[in-house]
Amino acid sequence: MQIEPGSAGIVEPVTVHFDQPFHVSSGRVLPALDIVYETYGQLNANKSNAVLICHALSGDHHAAGFHDQADKKPGWWDNYIGPDKAIDTNEFFVVSLNNIGGCSGSTGPASINPATGEPWGPDFPTLRVRDWVESQRMLSDHLGIGQWAAVIGGSLGGMQAMRWALEYPDRLRHCVVIASALKLTAQNIAFNKTSRTAITSDPDFHGGHYYQHNTVPRHGLAIARMIGHITYLSDNVMGEKFGRELRSGTFDRGVESELEFQVESYLRHQGDVFSQSFDANTYILMTKALDFFDLAREYDNDPVKAFAVAQCKFLVMSFTSDWRFSPERSREIVNALIGAEKSVSYAEIDAPQGHDAFLLPVDRYNDIFSAYMRHVAQENNATSTLDGVLTEGGGQFDAT
Amino acid sequence: MRHDLLVLAPWIKDGSRVLDLGCGDGELLQHLIDTRNVRGLGVEIDEANITTCIGKGLSVIEQDMDKGLTNFADNSFDTVLLTQTLQAVHRPDYVLQEMLRVGKECIISFPNFGHWQARWHLMLRGKMPVSKFMPYEWYDTPNIHFCTVKDFETLCEKQNIKVLNRTVQTAFASGGASPMWAVRQWPNFFGAHAIYHVTR
Repeated sequence: MQIEPGSAGIVEPVTVHFDQPFHVSSGRVLPALDIVYETYGQLNANKSNAVLICHALSGDHHAAGFHDQADKKPGWWDNYIGPDKAIDTNEFFVVSLNNIGGCSGSTGPASINPATGEPWGPDFPTLRVRDWVESQRMLSDHLGIGQWAAVIGGSLGGMQAMRWALEYPDRLRHCVVIASALKLTAQNIAFNKTSRTAITSDPDFHGGHYYQHNTVPRHGLAIARMIGHITYLSDNVMGEKFGRELRSGTFDRGVESELEFQVESYLRHQGDVFSQSFDANTYILMTKALDFFDLAREYDNDPVKAFAVAQCKFLVMSFTSDWRFSPERSREIVNALIGAEKSVSYAEIDAPQGHDAFLLPVDRYNDIFSAYMRHVAQENNATSTLDGVLTEGGGQFDAT
Repeated sequence: MRHDLLVLAPWIKDGSRVLDLGCGDGELLQHLIDTRNVRGLGVEIDEANITTCIGKGLSVIEQDMDKGLTNFADNSFDTVLLTQTLQAVHRPDYVLQEMLRVGKECIISFPNFGHWQARWHLMLRGKMPVSKFMPYEWYDTPNIHFCTVKDFETLCEKQNIKVLNRTVQTAFASGGASPMWAVRQWPNFFGAHAIYHVTR
């Protein structure tokens, strides 16, 4: 592996243990929490340059850089986090965590339930997006970050970012919501249900207690991933990428052969890789949180009323070919923000890659994201300088 | 600084909420934020302009106003602006109606096609006017609905639109500028650029 100049470099995950009961919004209690996170860049003296990254369904804390020299792939959002990238680590202190309920080191279904001495499995408390926000708030306190310069997320991550703006309005200055929605549509829930059913009907699932059976519902998880993958791409991009190319077999007359299209092989590979690295119970938990989420539910189902609480500025972006979180869903967010008289910018990016575009290098997306974040940094530097002047001049301003 | 910005800025109340349709690179919005402390939102379709606005920290929405402003609530803005863009929309009458629904007041500026130079151009050369301000040929121009000061006032009358203020300016570029008394006397002939402040 060659670490390029634009990379966050070698990064190391850190685990923080919160030895206190965590009250989950469903009413249950987790006796303690482990949260694994990574940071990129330097926190400035007045701790004003911190940016929180909220991951989506299958993401984790490893958003940028490499874990070691042998790493083949960088973190999942390395396209946008690093020196001189959209989220410029020369300017920002970037915090990326694995959400609780996850399977990359934070407390989740595979963790041991102290009450039983066994893995939680399917008995792990049902989580809502607000529980992630709450645990992220605990991490902010732990890191001494009183206010994020920005909270940023795509898809399910965007839902967390929006929830931050409502739950802790004075603890973020900017909220970046990419390819997200105020709530899932019925079609979207249907896809999630189909994926969950693929997992739960795998004989190796054992009602979620597969850890004790030393099995993993690989087939079910792979099918879930395949379904997901199809919906994250657009018809066009699949056509361009794979067309009707064969990986094996032949169309020739007089020859009987097993056909495998390139797209089949691709999906099989994606499913296999995913099912070896991701936890099935986490997949179920995450998709259920997605289905449950409705930003405005507690605000009389009125998103304008919901956003009225927010104090930060918003950047919303969507992708034209994204049919899982379509531009229409993002426009609903934008219109509610306009209705609530909040500061909002919106760009609808012409990209063929479908929902996946938010993870991929797309020029215009990068331009807008970079321009916005540069302004956030400028704003930040101006305030920091002002704070410095006032402090030096014997003013009573606190550098918070 | 664009000339029309200086004229219309005093028509906008301090701290008011402003929607700028076709906000371009955000020059006007920035000016109004700096001088009038407005809460401004821009609407734009040009990709480069949107990026520029966002880089300045302005609020801008990517939206095609020809498809309507239905996502904006009635009377949700103090002033809705449409500067140098009226001639580029598909249905100026519809856009004008929508502006007056969304805003309590509206400001519209447009090049006056009744200006003597345009008339001269058409009369003598028999060709569509091409000038510094309107540098396009007829086939590639984004300006598809040119009108004159008179045309605009006729539309206002038809739609029961009240004109609060009107300023007709002489030519922008040096040269070709007409004396102000002439512009005041015969705006549709000597005015190069019109700025209207209207309400319902």
